[in-house]
Amino acid sequence: MNPVGAAPRISWRQATVIDVVPETPRTRTLVLDVLDWPGHRAGQHVDVRLTAPDGYQAERSYSIASAPEDPRLALTIERLEEGEVSTYLADELHTGDKLELRGPIGGYFVWDVPVGGPLFLVAGGSGIVPLMAMLRHREAALGTSDAASRRGLPARLLYSSRGWEEVIYREALARLAQNDTALEIRHTLTRSQPAGWTGFRRRIDRAMLEEVAWPSSERPRVFICGPTSLVESAAQAMVELGHEPALIKTERFGPTGGAV
Amino acid sequence: MSLISRGFRGRRQTAETAARLPPGQYETRDFPVLSAGPTPRIPLTAWNFTLKGANGRTARWTWDEFVALPRSTTTTDIHCVTKWSKFGTVWEGISVDTLLSEAARHGVEPSPYLLATCDGGYTTNLPLADVTGGKAWVAFMYDGAPLPSEHGGPARLLVPHLYFWKSAKWVRELRLMESDSPGFWESLGYHNYGDPWREQRYAGDE
Repeated sequence: MNPVGAAPRISWRQATVIDVVPETPRTRTLVLDVLDWPGHRAGQHVDVRLTAPDGYQAERSYSIASAPEDPRLALTIERLEEGEVSTYLADELHTGDKLELRGPIGGYFVWDVPVGGPLFLVAGGSGIVPLMAMLRHREAALGTSDAASRRGLPARLLYSSRGWEEVIYREALARLAQNDTALEIRHTLTRSQPAGWTGFRRRIDRAMLEEVAWPSSERPRVFICGPTSLVESAAQAMVELGHEPALIKTERFGPTGGAV
Repeated sequence: MSLISRGFRGRRQTAETAARLPPGQYETRDFPVLSAGPTPRIPLTAWNFTLKGANGRTARWTWDEFVALPRSTTTTDIHCVTKWSKFGTVWEGISVDTLLSEAARHGVEPSPYLLATCDGGYTTNLPLADVTGGKAWVAFMYDGAPLPSEHGGPARLLVPHLYFWKSAKWVRELRLMESDSPGFWESLGYHNYGDPWREQRYAGDE
């Protein structure tokens, strides 16, 4: 059926959980050793398949959180209320357990260093996951580069969470930005803010994007990932701010509600 | 032989639901939105729809002309490659059969394949046999109301027997072709045909 012909089947592979990292009250990262993992690009995802003893199966897609340079594959799972697969992955699975996955999947919502920057990332909630893979990829590629070469590949992240405790990768993001003046991270906390919070405290809107993003004349590569309401409004605002639609890539997850 | 997931029971559906779900899918009552870029917005006064023959002949309708064509309503299950399925969705639009017979009067002749092209640059390819015989529509009403832009409005292709990325949002043109040519997702690792009942999600799936 496929005229492309050469494409090999993306086969199911066995993965072993080698570490479980709590991220927030609702999310944790599974660090996996995947048999014969073919490698991935930052932004891609995998399909995970669970099988019950009687043969019943359930499949879901999860974004990859780790850099392509990392030999271990990391998936960050948000526990959804009544989530058939996410509750198992977020609550049941232990180090040493095995699961099946196939990938990598998706060839559009991806960023590689040669694509260049500026790189402008907009995340809502667990929409940070594929964007974190991009930031980790950028860091891995820049390695020990000096400030001047980092400035050649600048990145900015605008990240919306409900509260400070719900910011996924909070420490890891701070560490990435600590020694990198070419990486700027701005948080907005939409429901509750810690004492003394001076950052944004509202949903991402056009004024916020105008303040944080590069102007359209800089032609930033824009990646927006989060719940539909956030992605729709942020992408629309970026278009209104003059950014070329072809440079704005979006990925959405979750039900139509779920505002962050 | 699949690996048994220790401690996984899963949520069993009723037999009726299970029978309606293609392999690897789950039922949702929401209507999730997926698209690769910003939602294009076009005023209806600037909208038109083109059916282009491989012979270079074209038929084109303005919005008013298009919605005045004989309409049909269909109730159908839809299946997204990202795993959700939604049962009993109700659509109203113009069947591709109607468009082809109207276009025939302008000299547009059938060809074995077509490429749907959309505002925003999205494309998807289909065999003609999969959009004729009452299997496909250009839909502009969903659940009794104008199709919202995030769901593909003003009009989207509806080919419910294939994964829903084939039901191209914001469709503006159907271009008939003598040979097959992969569209957007079909060039980016997704299956060329996309039959959910054979779980043809990705290139290489049989």
